Amino acid sequence: MAVKKNGAQTVQFDNPPILLASGSVVGPKEGEGPLRDYFDIVLSDDLYGEKSWELAESKMLRESVKKAVEKANLSIENIEYMFSGDLLNQLMSASFAARDLAIPFFGLYGACSTLTESLSLGAMLIDGGYADYIVAATSSHFSSAERQFRFPLEQGTQRAPTSQWTVTGAGAAILGAYGDGPKITHVTTGKVIDFGIKDPNNMGAAMAPAAVDTILTHFQDTGLGPEDYDLIVTGDLASIGKEIAEEMMLDKGYNIAKVYNDCGLMVYDTKTQNTYAGGSGCGCSAVVFCGYIHQEMIKKNLNRILLVSTGALMSPTSSQQGESIPSIAHAVAISND
Amino acid sequence: MENKKLSNLDIEQEYNQYVEQKIPKPAYLKNILWAFSVGGSICVLGQLLINFFKSMGFHQEDASTAAVIVLVFMGAFFTGIGVYDELGKRAGAGSIVPITGFANSIVSSAMEYKREGFVLGVAAKMFSIAGPVLVYGFGTSVLVGLIYFFLFR
Repeated sequence: MAVKKNGAQTVQFDNPPILLASGSVVGPKEGEGPLRDYFDIVLSDDLYGEKSWELAESKMLRESVKKAVEKANLSIENIEYMFSGDLLNQLMSASFAARDLAIPFFGLYGACSTLTESLSLGAMLIDGGYADYIVAATSSHFSSAERQFRFPLEQGTQRAPTSQWTVTGAGAAILGAYGDGPKITHVTTGKVIDFGIKDPNNMGAAMAPAAVDTILTHFQDTGLGPEDYDLIVTGDLASIGKEIAEEMMLDKGYNIAKVYNDCGLMVYDTKTQNTYAGGSGCGCSAVVFCGYIHQEMIKKNLNRILLVSTGALMSPTSSQQGESIPSIAHAVAISND
Repeated sequence: MENKKLSNLDIEQEYNQYVEQKIPKPAYLKNILWAFSVGGSICVLGQLLINFFKSMGFHQEDASTAAVIVLVFMGAFFTGIGVYDELGKRAGAGSIVPITGFANSIVSSAMEYKREGFVLGVAAKMFSIAGPVLVYGFGTSVLVGLIYFFLFR
């Protein structure tokens, strides 16, 4: 019997995995944003000394893992599993980083929800007694995402005001069975939700219903509510998606406005940095969580948080074929108690 | 909330209408002014070039061809030094529609895919954006030519 299952989609841990350390690497633009002081490595050149954007992204991912391992006072050999993914075809960044790090590897694709997807699976593995240390890591790069999903960088096109800016950044979090630090208490796994939004320039609106569905399910499964959290934070809904998520939650009887924020709005100063609706990408929630949120939890400024990374599961092919954007959100509850 | 399978079209329609209200309107006036000034300036530059070449003793047709060559070069050059996309961000159609924008779409694609090699990268991807313009441009000119041939000759 699934004794650790709590309600329809939530797992409650008996031996809550501990968030031991995290590492973050960001590009120059993110390094000028409001959270600049929280990142471990800020690149001055977003090519990171590599021959291509893809290799630069993979190197950011690799370095974020190394940084996290170092901060946890462990060595790479101690890490038993790596859960990781990114936005590129066949997970180029994650696979190449895993090759260099030589950690047993599960490659995941959850678009921008990959951080909480990998944290969820890693936490279950540790609670299940299958590993003592795992790393969950993910990355995105503005320039590699542009060529994967949109137009060449130097092409003179105008962006839609609803469009989002892919974060150049990578974040890695080490979970352990022992040690000190914030604990992962619950994981709520999301369903794929599709409300028929077809515009790939409006991903926030496409993903908001998925975030709402997962947060709502989390509350129903656990009996917790907005008052039990210091911060409920979605991955990359940006300005339009955040407003929609807030209104939809209110409609369902939960006022989350006081404790709710979105990583896509935290990582950039949208007024001065020309990022349109806000940040997006796997790296968005990864650097905000592994940089800002984790450090604020260590300082006890934040004690109970619900991290809800959101992913738009379209592909360039599905968009060109006129299909709507299926979306997903996974929630991970982390507590200092 | 339900799965896609279970949800009906009404929910999707209702949600799309709801989202529509949330979308900020583009700054139309500002965009139009930018497009008009930049697009207009490029055209004026073209005319100045034609006048210049004519003053050098070129015939009208040759002067136009020479002006186009210069404009395409400039579009490619400013793409190469990373200026044209900054212009395009503000001017929109004002810098896409003139022939300089055509050069921009080809050169930007070629630059982007250089890493994949000169055959499968640069050469294969060069016309990925300009290609449709060429196909439908040629297509339309053939169609118009046929109409002209059968109706007005």
